[in-house]
Amino acid sequence: MIDSSYKGREMRLNMNMTDPRTVGLSKEELLSLYRMMLRIRRFEERVEQLYAHGKLPGFVHLYIGEEAIATGVCSVLRRNDFITSTHRGHGHIIARGGDLAKMMAELFGKSTGYCRGKGGSLHITDMSLGVLGANGIVAGGIPIAVGAAYGAAKIRHTDQVAVAFFGDGATNEGAFAEACNMASTWKLPMIFVCENNYYGVGTRLGRVAPTEDVTVRASGFLIPAVSVDGNDVLAVRTATIEALTRARANEGPTFIECKTWRHRGHFQGENPSYMYGKEHELWLARDPIRRFAEALLETGFATQEELDKIDSTIQEEINRAVEFAEMSPMPEPETALEDVYA
Amino acid sequence: MAKMKFMEAIRETIRQEMAADPFLFLIGEDVGKYGGERGVTGDLWYQFGDDRIRDTPISETAIIGCALGASMTGCRAIVEIPFNNFLGVCMDQIFNQAAKIRYMSGGQAQVRLVIRTTMGGYVGAAAHHSDCLASWFVHIPGIKVVVPSMPDDAAGLLRAALRDGNPVIFFEHHGLYYVVGDVPDDPDFVVPLGKARLIRKGSDCTVVATALQVHKSLEAAIRLAAEGIDIEIVDPRTLDPLDQETILASVAKTRHVVIVHEEWVTNGYGSEIAAIIADKGIHYLDGPIKRVGAKHVPIPFSPPLENYVLPQVDDIVRAVKAAIRNEEPKSRPPFEGA
Repeated sequence: MIDSSYKGREMRLNMNMTDPRTVGLSKEELLSLYRMMLRIRRFEERVEQLYAHGKLPGFVHLYIGEEAIATGVCSVLRRNDFITSTHRGHGHIIARGGDLAKMMAELFGKSTGYCRGKGGSLHITDMSLGVLGANGIVAGGIPIAVGAAYGAAKIRHTDQVAVAFFGDGATNEGAFAEACNMASTWKLPMIFVCENNYYGVGTRLGRVAPTEDVTVRASGFLIPAVSVDGNDVLAVRTATIEALTRARANEGPTFIECKTWRHRGHFQGENPSYMYGKEHELWLARDPIRRFAEALLETGFATQEELDKIDSTIQEEINRAVEFAEMSPMPEPETALEDVYA
Repeated sequence: MAKMKFMEAIRETIRQEMAADPFLFLIGEDVGKYGGERGVTGDLWYQFGDDRIRDTPISETAIIGCALGASMTGCRAIVEIPFNNFLGVCMDQIFNQAAKIRYMSGGQAQVRLVIRTTMGGYVGAAAHHSDCLASWFVHIPGIKVVVPSMPDDAAGLLRAALRDGNPVIFFEHHGLYYVVGDVPDDPDFVVPLGKARLIRKGSDCTVVATALQVHKSLEAAIRLAAEGIDIEIVDPRTLDPLDQETILASVAKTRHVVIVHEEWVTNGYGSEIAAIIADKGIHYLDGPIKRVGAKHVPIPFSPPLENYVLPQVDDIVRAVKAAIRNEEPKSRPPFEGA
């Protein structure tokens, strides 16, 4: 599961994922992981389409290709745990159980959106699901997750855990280093989940950091770190379970590097040719959803008909979400002045 | 009532509020065992322990983030940043995160966070430890700005800030820490945010002053009184929200105004107050709006340099006279250059 053999561009890509028979999950549990990944994928594909047709204002950063990470991590969190998300955050919100209709409405800038049209794609959040913001500032959410963990462990005395999702780019921010130091020093119930897709906007990680192995950043703070195949939902899930066990036992934070790849550019409208080449083709072949589907079919956990049915149910759900968003009213301009203060 | 130093008024307010709410905690560099870099937190650590009086690494970004994350998840937090110059290193967590999260989430997030910090010069601390930076935060919607000048206000405003349910930044001028005054014992004594204080009644000129400059204006008042000039001193106490009403009412009465703050004059909040007066009260004015503040250079180290750059009582006296002398020109003079 843990593959530390990646060395810059000479990475050797393992085509096999975790055997679903080895993780002790029922058919329904496995299918629910599949369903969640596919829900994220189909949502994003629809967003891509709507954006291309000029229906959505602003910027859109798609999570396509990285669905296994949000799905694997959030599948084992409790309802009252916390996460902080990123500019590429749709997947995290959906994996926490976010309402697709309210998400879609927010993307359309409608008054019925999660943030009443004040956040948009980069900032969709549902505090009732413990999502403490999706952040337009790289590494901006990590210190906030430290605080959620601090409040839970030291002030409110609960066993809640806070998960900070962030990209490889965030590991070069001071906020990340400060957060690691604090979380480790105080043994906070926190999980650092690095979605390492090797590119910060258009710049390869290895061009701006001495190594593409981001786990070494955690080691300096004595935070146990593991590196997993971020396109293997079961590997992500297993690593998260171990991290949660440590966190809830007051043993402190864990750093999980999930190696992955964007199937799209940094944001929609950008030309991602800088990523193209053999490596890109290999990663596309390691699509987390297709791999998982194949594994489920090969091991007899699902039939193609069952998977197709899941897909059509999701498509209907997304159709309803788009319909809700399109039918919803735009916000009254004066509501721009509300929500600044409690 | 109890006679108390400004610093003690802050400490005792924190003590009372923390005793009343187990989910309130204080976090910052040296606030615990050491008692605070300026001694404000004193013995609180001995009473409340490590978790609630939290000593931190020198990591201002993570300190603000930690307080913010906790405050969004059911706690209330006080941060102490020992010098307001250090706010530069954690600005993102303040202005992009704390100030905006409620708005950007469509009102979902509640941020019960007070950032206390120390400001001010006059002690030869040079440009990394002497600034007054309240103007930065007045510019940003989503965070309230408090600048107390008196011990009782420090207590009442801090309590109001802690109970406000919004991010508040609370500027303590180090030159006020040993000022003594009467502070009500009432554990619910609150000075509402957004209400100015009439420090001194007068008839000839309004002086809008904040923090240490309130005290310098009081000295100026004595000197001006000897010359038959009677100034009225208004302390806004909070800059966001700003009590425009009280300021405009005073200007309408005296017909002259000087705005004094230790912040740089250029784009300082005094400029905003001047603009509000010009906008809503120009007909009350019988003279120009004068501003007194720091000259537009980094605060220098050597005493003669620093004294030249920072506002002095002399400057206030001069500004008041200049504001009054310009009374009612008979005809509009031609432009003669700035």
